[in-house]
Amino acid sequence: MSILLDENSNVIVQGITGRDGSFHADQMIQYGTNVVGGVTPGKGGQTILGVPIFNSVQEAVIEKKADVSLIFVPAPFASDAIVEAADAGVRLIVCITEGVPVNQMLKVQAYLKSKPDVRLIGPNCPGLISPGKSKVGILPGHIFKQGNVGVVSRSGTLTYEIVYSLTSAGFGESTCIGIGGDPIIGTDFIDTLSLFNDDSQTESIVLIGEIGGDAEEKAAAYIRQNIKKKVVAFIAGVTAPPEKRMGHAGAIISQGMGTAEGKVKAFHEAGVKVASIPSQVADLLR
Amino acid sequence: MKLLEYQAKEVFRSAAIRTPNEAMVTTPQDAVKLAEESVGYPCVIKAQVPVGGRGKAGGVKVAKNAEDVLQIASQILGMSIKGCVVEKILVSEAVTIQNEYYLSVVLHRASQKPMIIMSPSGGVDIEEISKNQPDKIFKEEYDFIVGFKDYSLRKTYQKMFQNQEERVSYKEFKEFLNKIVNVYFEKDATLVEINPLIVYKNECMALDAKILLDDNGLEFHPEFEKYITSNAEETEQEKMAREANLTYISLDGNIACMVNGAGLAMATMDTIKHFGGSPANFLDIGGSSHPEKVVNALKIIASNKKVKAILINIFGGITRCDDIAHGFKEGLERVSFNLPISCRIIGTNDEKAHSILREINIPVTTDMDEAVQNVVKLAREG
Repeated sequence: MSILLDENSNVIVQGITGRDGSFHADQMIQYGTNVVGGVTPGKGGQTILGVPIFNSVQEAVIEKKADVSLIFVPAPFASDAIVEAADAGVRLIVCITEGVPVNQMLKVQAYLKSKPDVRLIGPNCPGLISPGKSKVGILPGHIFKQGNVGVVSRSGTLTYEIVYSLTSAGFGESTCIGIGGDPIIGTDFIDTLSLFNDDSQTESIVLIGEIGGDAEEKAAAYIRQNIKKKVVAFIAGVTAPPEKRMGHAGAIISQGMGTAEGKVKAFHEAGVKVASIPSQVADLLR
Repeated sequence: MKLLEYQAKEVFRSAAIRTPNEAMVTTPQDAVKLAEESVGYPCVIKAQVPVGGRGKAGGVKVAKNAEDVLQIASQILGMSIKGCVVEKILVSEAVTIQNEYYLSVVLHRASQKPMIIMSPSGGVDIEEISKNQPDKIFKEEYDFIVGFKDYSLRKTYQKMFQNQEERVSYKEFKEFLNKIVNVYFEKDATLVEINPLIVYKNECMALDAKILLDDNGLEFHPEFEKYITSNAEETEQEKMAREANLTYISLDGNIACMVNGAGLAMATMDTIKHFGGSPANFLDIGGSSHPEKVVNALKIIASNKKVKAILINIFGGITRCDDIAHGFKEGLERVSFNLPISCRIIGTNDEKAHSILREINIPVTTDMDEAVQNVVKLAREG
């Protein structure tokens, strides 16, 4: 088993007629993803890449039993697209769009609390892939190989870098998820760690974090308490200047959390090995 | 983006949040005119700069008469505070202060809600209060369904105004907080801060104001467009990068890097350090791979005099490696510099990219560690 996504997932693409939407829908189809349609209001009834276009997510869910929606719509419309997908009853929403205002995401997250069966990944994320089964997002499919490592990351290209070195070293992945780099995101490290822990295909976990926020510190505490599988981490930004702070009030709330040093320490205390450079991740996994 | 005090106070006034009688001017003569005609004496003259610590630097002073205003305004205008030259001053009514309070609304990641932070010991750096008097800091959560919770806010209200002669009613206090929260949402802010907040003639008044705007929300607020250039605190390279739509942060080292993606860019800097080098910048050329972006990126990194060697690290996904190579080739023709280059390019269309670069004698590899070790060596030799 993989997590969240497999060969039976029926995927639709919101914004399929846009430049990025159509390019990546095509890449996904070529990878073998079961893309059952797209949504672009006003273009319902037409087809693109051999799949039907619907005017609304609701129609795609009714006619094609879509259960996963991938969002490529521009930032000003992305939060409404998430709400539309949630209302239509898809199980998994993946929002690739970068630049969604953070207060809009606060409201979307508050709304999604009333829909416990809906999971959002992103925004500002590369999506997810269960190699050999299905890919939803913009990750380059050819660098992945089916296997037993679960990968979860806040980054995009850095994930590809590490996955590439894992694959070159002979490892494969059960599922790889980019949860997104924004301050407010739908699915966090802990949600994903818990899913990987319960997944029989996943034998070990790679966590790719970065400076800022306290998601890594919380993940470390969670791993210490709950995760039975081997976890290897990498934290980007050890040499980066301090995160642009949100004034002094932000510094108070974070209470000194967010530095690379603090994150590495938290992982060490949880028994997680931390790589100093990306190419070390594969060595530590052995 | 950060709004200057006078800009933030304009936002406050349009939201019916009270501020002193004041206005922004750019010359000592206008300052005198304003003081004589509307603000009156004594008045406070405050430097408008995007950095903190202006009080300690002598950027805030009280004037008792026209002569004072002329002298103080002439002195503050043109002075440099942490590298920022003062071009604007605020001439503000001096009000009587009984007690200085602190109030802010800030994005709280963990609860995914805005949080309101308050203290009856305002006027100083809030970090100092939280260190020295943590029991004088109160936090309230703003919920999307119920708003402020009266049972909790009432207690905080009591603590805020305990032993204070001049105070507002609970109802007025809550209304004031709601106005601040409205500003936070309506303007797509990530921080709205009033320090100090005072009670003046039975009303809450903002003596100072600070607003941080979410850059992602700016396109919904054309009213702030005019402030974008004037408020930025940035180096020459950072300015060039902003204009070219690239993310660039200046650092102290001598190895310039050009990378696609923020996470990989940070990891590249870490790897440079790991192998004994020092990065000169963080530069993310982003996801799409328009050759013009690469040309601009080269211009920016080559303009930094400290740079001894250049590292290119590209992992092509959406980014097509041949586009990068084309842009790089064009950049070398258009930008003149004499610096050694180490190149690592892998991913979509990497073979094409490698042959383009080999034609112009640029060494290129697919291995990140190898390219980084190479650039560290080049920088040492240079």
